[in-house]
Amino acid sequence: MKEITVIKPLNKLKIIDFQEIYRYKDLLLTLVLRDIKVRYKQTIIGGMWAILQPLFTMVVFTIFFGKIAKIYSEGIPYAIFSYSGLVLWTYFSSSLGNASNSLISDKDLISKVFFPRIIIPLSKTLIGLLDYFIALVIVFVLMVYFKFIPSFKLFLVPIIVFLTWLLVTGLGFWLSAFNVKYRDVRYAVPFFIRMILFLTPVIYPVSIAGKYSWLLYLNPMSGLIEAHRVALLSHQNINWGLLGSSVFLTLVIFILGNLYFKSVEKYFADVI
Amino acid sequence: MKKNTVVKVNNLSKKYQIGKKENYLALRDKLVDMVKKPQNIFKKKEDKNYIWALKNISFSVKKGEVVGIIGRNGAGKTTLLKVLSKITRPTKGEAKLRGRTSSLLEVGTGFNPELTGRENIYLNGAILGMRKGEIENKFNDIVKFSGVEQFLDTPVKHYSSGMRVRLAFSVAAHLEPEILLIDEVLAVGDVEFQKKCLGKMKDVATSGRTILFVSHNMGAIKNLCQRVLLFKKGRVIEDGRPDKVIKKYYNSLEAVGSKTRKQSLAKRKDREGTGQVKVTNIEFSSVNGSRIIKSGGKARIKINYLADKKYSTANVILSFISNPYGDLMFRFRSNNSVAGIQLKRKGKILCYTDKLNIMGGRVHINIGFFIGGVLADYVKEAVIFDIIDNNYLGYPCQDTRKDYYTLIKHRWQFK
Repeated sequence: MKEITVIKPLNKLKIIDFQEIYRYKDLLLTLVLRDIKVRYKQTIIGGMWAILQPLFTMVVFTIFFGKIAKIYSEGIPYAIFSYSGLVLWTYFSSSLGNASNSLISDKDLISKVFFPRIIIPLSKTLIGLLDYFIALVIVFVLMVYFKFIPSFKLFLVPIIVFLTWLLVTGLGFWLSAFNVKYRDVRYAVPFFIRMILFLTPVIYPVSIAGKYSWLLYLNPMSGLIEAHRVALLSHQNINWGLLGSSVFLTLVIFILGNLYFKSVEKYFADVI
Repeated sequence: MKKNTVVKVNNLSKKYQIGKKENYLALRDKLVDMVKKPQNIFKKKEDKNYIWALKNISFSVKKGEVVGIIGRNGAGKTTLLKVLSKITRPTKGEAKLRGRTSSLLEVGTGFNPELTGRENIYLNGAILGMRKGEIENKFNDIVKFSGVEQFLDTPVKHYSSGMRVRLAFSVAAHLEPEILLIDEVLAVGDVEFQKKCLGKMKDVATSGRTILFVSHNMGAIKNLCQRVLLFKKGRVIEDGRPDKVIKKYYNSLEAVGSKTRKQSLAKRKDREGTGQVKVTNIEFSSVNGSRIIKSGGKARIKINYLADKKYSTANVILSFISNPYGDLMFRFRSNNSVAGIQLKRKGKILCYTDKLNIMGGRVHINIGFFIGGVLADYVKEAVIFDIIDNNYLGYPCQDTRKDYYTLIKHRWQFK
C-alpha cells in the first residue's frame, strides 16, 4: 500500500516536524553546501574571511575601548576578552541577517517546488556554524599567547553554541516569515543587530552596567556571550542567573518562532 | 479511494487576492492604518478583490493514465498543479494523491549560476526531491542525456541558455515518481531536444506512471495523453478523449471571436467622423477563411462599407491593439501604398497580410476611414480576434508577462 497524501486547506499545527525535516535532510545538506560553495567562489582568501571579520573588529575595539577608553575587561587582556565575545556575536549577527532574508532570496524555490519551508532559514543558521568554528581557532591561538589554561568549563562551549543556534534559528524563523509579508524586515534587521551589539556584553563586562544590569537579563544573548567567554577562558565563575534567564528566553523564542512560521507558511507561495 | 485511483480531487477551490501578490504590504502602511482607523484593527478586512483560480474542481485519475490539461491562459491549470504539489494550499475541498509525487513547474528551478554543471545537477536533483544516492546512480545518464559532458565542471553562468535548459531538463527527466505533474516545460530548448524530451516522457508514461501534463502544445498533448481536461475560468468544462476535447477547445476560442463579431458593426453608435462613410462589417480570418488565426499564419481582413456617394480620395487606417493591455501593436495605412481608395456607394475592401509574427493573444482593430484627409468614420474595437500560439519561432514563447508582442526568428552564436 502506497502512502496517501491528503491536501486540505488546513493542516494540524505542529511545533516542529522533525520527521519531515529528516525526510528532506538531503535537500538541507545540499542547500548548506550550495551556500558554502557559492560564498567562496571567486574569492581569493576564501574561508579566511570567517576569521578576518571578528579579528579586525577585535583589533579596532582593542585600540579604542581597550587602550584609549580603558574599559574594564574582568582582569584579562582586552583583546582576548573582546574576541571571545565577538566570535559568538559574529555567528549570531550574520546568521540572523542571512536567515531573515533567506525566504526572499530563494523565492523561486518557494513558488515552484514543494519542500518543508523551514529548511531554508534552517540551512542559513547551520552554515554560520562553520565560520564560527573556523574563527574559534584564533581564540585558542590567543589563549596560548596570553597563557590561558582551559578548565573543565570548556565542555560548556558546545552547549552554549547549541543554545545560540536555537536562539538564532527561532528568531530567524520568525523574521524570515515576517519578511515574506513585510519587506521592512530587510532594512530593520541589520540596524537592530548593530544596536543590540551595544546591549550585549560583548565589548564590555556585565558588571559595567551597574544598577541597569537587569536590562541585560532581558537580552538572551547576554548570558550566552558571558558564559561563552567564561567557559573558554575560565577567568571567573559563570553567572548562572544570567545564563538561566538566557536559556529560558531562548526556548520561548524558539518555540514561538516555530509556531509563527508554521502558522503563516501556507501563504508563502501566494504572497512572496 | 479506489485501489487503482492515484489522484482524487474533490471540490477543490482556490481563491486568490488580486493585486496582493505584487504589492506586498509595508509594515508602515499597516501601522499608519492602525493609528488612523483604530476601529479597524479587529475588523476583518472584507476582501472584494479576489478571483477563484479554481472553482469546485473534481476528477480522478487512474494509475498509469497520462492526462493532458489545456485551456486559455489564466484558466487555472498551473494553480491546479501548484495545489497538487503542495506549493500552495487550496481554499476549499481536498485532493488525495497515492504515491510519491514530483512536480515540474519550471525547468532548472534553483539553478545557481556560480556553481558548475556537476554541482547544479546535485542541487537541482535535491530540490526536485531526489535522494543523494538516487542522483549518484543516475548521474551518468543525466549527463549523457543533456549532452554537456565537456562543460560539466564549468560554472553554469558560462553556459548558453540552450545548454542550461538541456541540463535542467535532463535532471527532471530522470525523476522517477509515481505521479508526475508537469507544467509546459517542453516549451524550451531547440526542436531536436524537445523531441528527445517527448520521447523520454513517453517512456515514463508507458512504464506505468501517472502524469498530469499542462501544455499549450496540442501536438504534444495528442501525442502523449489518453485523456484531456479542458479548463475554463477555474472549472473543468470538458473531460475526455484528446481529439474531442482539443476540438472543443478550438471551437471555444472561435466562439469568443465570433460572438464579438456578431454585434452588428453597422448598428453601433459609438463612432466618430463626418459619417460620409460607414463601416458595416469587418472580418478578420485566415487566408482560406478559417476563423482560427495562428501566429505565423497569414490573414485576410475584409471591410464592408456604405458611402453617401462615390469618392476617390479615401484611405483606411487599421490600428492593431492588444486586448486587454491596450498597447498599439502596429498600424496598416492604405495611403502608404495606395494613393487613394476608390469608394463606391456600397463596397468591400480587402487587405492581405504577410506572416503575422506576433505572439498568441487577443487583439482588436480600431478602424478609421478618411476622405480627403478628414475623418469620416472611426470605430473602436471594430473586430476582436485571437491569435493562437503556434510555435512560430520553432519553440514556444516563454514570456507570460506579455510586455511585447513581436516574434522575430533569430539565431545565437557563441564564440
